[in-house]
Amino acid sequence: MEPLKGLLSTLWKALTDQPDPKAPFLESIPEDYRSLASAVLSVAPILMVFPLLFALTTVLERKGLGRIQNRLGPNRVGPAGFLQFAADGLKTLTKEDVVPRAADRVVHFLAPIALVIPVLLTFAVLPFGRNLAPIDLDAGLLFFFAVSSATELAVFMAGWASRNKYSLLGALRAVAQMVSYEIPLVLAALSVVMITGTLSLSAIAAAQSPTPGSFLAPWYVFTPWGLMGFLLFMIAACAEANRSPFDLPEGESEIIAGYYLEYSGFKFALFFLGEYLGLFASSGLAITLFLGGWNAPFAFMQGWLPSWVWFFAKLATLIAVFIWIRGTLPRVRMDQLMGLAWKFMIPMTLLTLVAAGLWHRLPSAPLRWVACTALLAGAFLVLGRVLMPRTRHGRRVYRYAD
Amino acid sequence: MVPRVILGGGIVKGMIETARNFVGSYTDASRLTTVEYPEQRIPLHANARQFPFLVFDGTDPMAGLRCVACQICEKECPPQCIYIIKDSVKKPDYLGKMQMQPKVFDIDLSVCMSCQICVEVCPFDAIKMDTEFELSNDDRFAGLLVNKHQLAKPNSHFARIHPAEAAEVDGRLAAEKAKAEAKARADAEAKAKAAATSPPPAGNPSSSPPPKS
Ligand code: SF4
Ligand code: SF4
Repeated sequence: MEPLKGLLSTLWKALTDQPDPKAPFLESIPEDYRSLASAVLSVAPILMVFPLLFALTTVLERKGLGRIQNRLGPNRVGPAGFLQFAADGLKTLTKEDVVPRAADRVVHFLAPIALVIPVLLTFAVLPFGRNLAPIDLDAGLLFFFAVSSATELAVFMAGWASRNKYSLLGALRAVAQMVSYEIPLVLAALSVVMITGTLSLSAIAAAQSPTPGSFLAPWYVFTPWGLMGFLLFMIAACAEANRSPFDLPEGESEIIAGYYLEYSGFKFALFFLGEYLGLFASSGLAITLFLGGWNAPFAFMQGWLPSWVWFFAKLATLIAVFIWIRGTLPRVRMDQLMGLAWKFMIPMTLLTLVAAGLWHRLPSAPLRWVACTALLAGAFLVLGRVLMPRTRHGRRVYRYAD
Repeated sequence: MVPRVILGGGIVKGMIETARNFVGSYTDASRLTTVEYPEQRIPLHANARQFPFLVFDGTDPMAGLRCVACQICEKECPPQCIYIIKDSVKKPDYLGKMQMQPKVFDIDLSVCMSCQICVEVCPFDAIKMDTEFELSNDDRFAGLLVNKHQLAKPNSHFARIHPAEAAEVDGRLAAEKAKAEAKARADAEAKAKAAATSPPPAGNPSSSPPPKS
């Protein structure tokens, strides 16, 4: 009975933002098991919440995309179609798992696992609420990037082991894309590190708490460099997660399904899961870095709701934006993708670093606002002009089909 | 509205457009054109066609069958999915003439391509296209071979699914029937007149048939 009471108390403390939520449960069980129980307490919620969020997102995404195209979307399974994910999950579980005869069986089997595990590990350092960071690493940001870049290996494993030219092409594209966009992703995050002077994600989130008496919370997205950094970070995160419009690695119309072409059944579902969890993780990081983490937007709202509610509300908003973008933009071409990364994103993120430095150095508020805005807006306009194709398209002529 | 010179302006424009679609699908019913099929149905097109059926007049399907087993449709059907065997017994058609009738008239549902050629070539308006489209079956051999009992449908069914075409066919058949009757009457009258002017030799009264009513 004691442990159950402890567990309930732990749950209550976690949900109501009290410090050290694990303590009541850990105190109620024997000394020897405490470290193990502590780990389980950290891991279990992540394993429950985020796959469930993934399941819901797949349904909502299909409904949202449907509405964007003036369709209804799934509406058959369960109330208003919300149990569609259960049907999909059962389907993938019961489907035959086909492995090509020529495939490298071991690597083929390991690739989906090697994709999901690092993605799940990244959640370990995200502060979901005031006292809800699973591990409060001093170098949390570093850990996040180090672990999340392991997914590239998994993607290449999948493409290589399938022994299929489309898979390999998809994997090559994926690796090229992920490596290219890793740089702006890290550089955009670096601007926040320059300002806060810490790599601990909990500290970064706490630094954006509204000071009593102020009105607007000091989220970094409310500064010129923060806004630009946030936008660049989100574009890079979108490319990292292979989301539309950067879903070249799986472009159905050209390379069928890219690196997971030869996967079926639950392994395919794992790829799907890994991709979405990666998206959630990078959205969570964007929230922590730029959108104030678990903080409320206005000082007077702080404390209205438990801190984790703010975090998940922001996460839901970002997911909705990702769905919206997917419903709007067509897939870019490979050269456009690379051009955007190397000719626009990287120079822009470097300039964002300069702007963050300026922001830090310049003393007075109006001056640094003007200087940073001018620098970034000017660079955006100029780079945009340079990047936009200057070729004028003439009338289309049909030379042979007259 | 967003200037095109700025990088990303087109993206913003597109996002506004899709947002309008998204909101519009909730507020404007004319945008959502989906028909939720098993529950909702829309009236079929006047010229909808799916699979042929055999028209019969009157109440008895087999006696009223218009088909005279001429086998033209069997020969013309491009995928050769009609199979006819003539019966040895004749039956009267709508004009009262004795005609052949099919003993077996099968159409293979899985082969028919809904081309309507059988309908076009039939000189007797005996075969027409049905609009029924929920034809799935759990027996993929016998269940897909439709025999003449299943194919036979009353003329009223034809009038219901294709009113214009049925009215035209009915009018034509009625006119033909009227013409045939008029001709029969005229023949009878001519014969009667001929009989009156030169009375036939006694003992052969059957040479002038009684006029048909
Ligand atoms: S359906 Fe028409 S064409 Fe075919 S056998 Fe009968 S009468 Fe002839
Ligand atoms: S509709 Fe075409 S394919 Fe079908 S039975 Fe008639 S002629 Fe043959």
